Amino acid sequence: MRVSRRLFIRDGVATLTLGLAAPPFLSAIAQAQGLPSRRLVVIYLGGGNDALNTLISYQDPQYYSRRPTIAVPAGQVLQVGTDAAGRTLGLHPRLGGLSNIFNEGRLALVQRTGYPNSSRSHFEATDIWGTANPQSSSGSGWLGRYLDTLPRPVDALAAWNTSGETPRALLSGHTGVPAIPNATTYTYASPNRGQAALEERAAAQIMAANPATGRPHLAFVNSTSRAAIETLDRVAQATSYTPSVVYPNNGFGLALRTVAGAIVRGIGSRVFWVQTGGFDTHSQQGAAAGGAYGNLMGTLGDGVLAFYSDIRNQGLANDTTVLVFSEFGRRISENGSGGTDHGAAGLMMAIGGMVRGGVYGTAASLAPGSPSLENNSGDVRYETDFRSVYARVLDQWLGVNSVPILNGDFRAGAPAIF
Amino acid sequence: MSQLNADIDHLLRRAGFGASPADAGTFADMSTAAAVAHLVDYEGRPDDVDARIGRSDHAKVVSKDLFAPDIDIDDARQRWLFRMIHTRRPLQEKMAIFWHNHFATAYSKLATDSGTLQAAKMLAHKPGVLRGPQGQLELFRQYALGSYRDLLLQVAQDPAMLVWLDGKSNTKTKPQENFGREVMELFTVGVGHYTEADVYAAARVFTGWNLRRSEGYRREDMNAYQEFVYNADEHEANPKTFSFPIYRNGDRTIPARSESAGMQDGVDLITALAVHPETARRLARKFWNFFVSEVHQPDPVFVEQAAAVYLQNGTEIRPVVRYVLTSPWFINPSMRYARYSWPSEFVARAIKEVGWQGLSLDRVRSPLANMGQLLFEPPNVGGWPLGAGWFSTGAMLARTNFAATLASSQKEFLAVALEPDGQTPQALLAAMLDRVTPAPFDSAPQQALVSYLTAGGAWTGSAAQLNTRAAGLARLLVGSSEYQLV
Repeated sequence: MRVSRRLFIRDGVATLTLGLAAPPFLSAIAQAQGLPSRRLVVIYLGGGNDALNTLISYQDPQYYSRRPTIAVPAGQVLQVGTDAAGRTLGLHPRLGGLSNIFNEGRLALVQRTGYPNSSRSHFEATDIWGTANPQSSSGSGWLGRYLDTLPRPVDALAAWNTSGETPRALLSGHTGVPAIPNATTYTYASPNRGQAALEERAAAQIMAANPATGRPHLAFVNSTSRAAIETLDRVAQATSYTPSVVYPNNGFGLALRTVAGAIVRGIGSRVFWVQTGGFDTHSQQGAAAGGAYGNLMGTLGDGVLAFYSDIRNQGLANDTTVLVFSEFGRRISENGSGGTDHGAAGLMMAIGGMVRGGVYGTAASLAPGSPSLENNSGDVRYETDFRSVYARVLDQWLGVNSVPILNGDFRAGAPAIF
Repeated sequence: MSQLNADIDHLLRRAGFGASPADAGTFADMSTAAAVAHLVDYEGRPDDVDARIGRSDHAKVVSKDLFAPDIDIDDARQRWLFRMIHTRRPLQEKMAIFWHNHFATAYSKLATDSGTLQAAKMLAHKPGVLRGPQGQLELFRQYALGSYRDLLLQVAQDPAMLVWLDGKSNTKTKPQENFGREVMELFTVGVGHYTEADVYAAARVFTGWNLRRSEGYRREDMNAYQEFVYNADEHEANPKTFSFPIYRNGDRTIPARSESAGMQDGVDLITALAVHPETARRLARKFWNFFVSEVHQPDPVFVEQAAAVYLQNGTEIRPVVRYVLTSPWFINPSMRYARYSWPSEFVARAIKEVGWQGLSLDRVRSPLANMGQLLFEPPNVGGWPLGAGWFSTGAMLARTNFAATLASSQKEFLAVALEPDGQTPQALLAAMLDRVTPAPFDSAPQQALVSYLTAGGAWTGSAAQLNTRAAGLARLLVGSSEYQLV
């Protein structure tokens, strides 16, 4: 039976969960809130990804003249066809994994995403992508505000952060997000065994339950401690998962493997945060498939392919969307160190069984003076507001109204990636 | 140690890494003013901590091969922890980690660039045996309380920094901006006090500030090294104009200079940035958060006064820190336990307070990483996410699990040390709180601790009971939320 998109969104949760037996590891709260059928996995590329070498305008002669040592030769790119402006594009040669997904129609590439007067500071820019407010790099994050729309009490594992620190995007008014950088050490240890260890854990739980009235910073640490103790057992269920594919043996691959475990085991998390760094390529990016940037692309493409294949093998691809972005793109011309400095608009990607694959937006003409450039033609000017992509994800995927979460209506002009 | 008066306890947590039982003896009869002088004027104390590595009454270092902290990063990490625990100059080590966070430079990028041996050497080399310049950490120890302008200049010429922010390949044809941006955004004035045009100009200023290799350089050779060189041929000689004054007369333009004289461009810019009033305020706010409070916003009066001390003393840090530690804000009792400990602070203090008998510092390495602070590996050039940012669930579990590891390692030691106080659970708890100093407990957690001691049956004070419960108690105290605050 084909469900119309509109109906699917409104009734999606109920429709999809009806036919499934509830997995056994859900907490009482997650049970009570109904099994969330749709998850969002965010992959943040830390450092400012060089979008022009990710999705390559390989027939633009300016691409080669402005990047003499770091341009990818036309013969090596993995072609993805042309965009709406007729520009011929290809993926970096080390993105074979993403190329496969693209060819299945499940990878959306949204070009030239950003906002006016793009910040060139890593920290300010990362925070702006987190708050979804170019005027403010402080306060709560867009995913945190999404979590705040969930009925309370919110399950302690409603979101799952695989990095050690909480990104601004997940900062919320009401909902703490556990950080589980290494699920195998996410355990409770004691200097004693047996009964004494159990008694100690019980004492620790009572201590962490102290409201610490009048000492909000102590209350905050207590809440973290409580959330840790409460989530231990369910996290252990995710780590016992045996994947259907082999994941790359690096931090990114292992984080995605843990996310797959949490999804397959039905832990109930709706949002996952995964990040991988090293994209601040000021020097020695390397050309073609080799070099530092090639390795970054290999890590990304191989990890995402493993994850997507695993989830698809488990029959869960249609319930999972991966959203990929970075805090800014990089300068068009390479610098004297064989690298690129901080730039402006970047590339967003969405992957999943329900994603409408394809190339969205138009590539910049890299010729100096082109209206698609800014900063004396040094940078790519944004075309699609990143918040319109967020809006699409919130409205059409997570099924909530994006307007209050994004503090504005960005639905018009959003790329139709779902 | 709560045997000390509360002001000195507070001082030692903030300007040091807490107090071991031996430290408590040293500071017991000191006035607070004398204790501040003892810490701040540390040249009066011997810098002999490294010579005590290997002593049986100190924490242990364990290495795969020969202990080689000048060229092996894991050994360098152990040496640094050893210093935090056993130094006679705690404020010097405290400032070293402050500057490490401020100039956050990560080993992994250096290792990719120059190999593991050279990367460790660039960060941790202590001159004496091997040839080559001192490592970045030794620079931070040397200038711990020195002139910030001089430190900044040294950092701009530091081999680790020249690799980390790519200055080593900054050449005149296409200047690259990494250091030029961060020297303003992160090391001095901060966002909002420079323009994009300033970034491009700063990139040009530092063209030619590169590295050269020692003769016959091979990266596997422990005597090989890289050092700063000014490549006049690669310096861009045109004038550079900034949005803020570079010279005392208010002039905003660094004049055109010959290539051979062009190194002065960078010296001029660094000096201008070091004495910029926004740099003074930014450092003052960082010192507020590091020494005074993360719970209270920096008091504007404090910021202006600390900034003034900095500027009046020609960017010397020692008078600023002395001002901070004697300021009315610092000594206000409401500021006690108003900071979230950094993982390295937490670990060093826990070891000092609980004990280090037979403890191998190599066992602290991966817990520290799980707590979010692998030394020499900040997450990015902005440093670690401080304050509440340390306390994710995973990091909190890593702290409590380290408390278990430490308590387990000190089980027999604690049972013996606390035996005289083992008559009643209350006496045992009181004795433990003489060693281990969390923020004050409310009654419910306090009661939970007493209940834990008798949960296994009536208290007899037997050796077996002490053995189990003293270690469990240490684990509960060090793993408590109250203990995470300093």
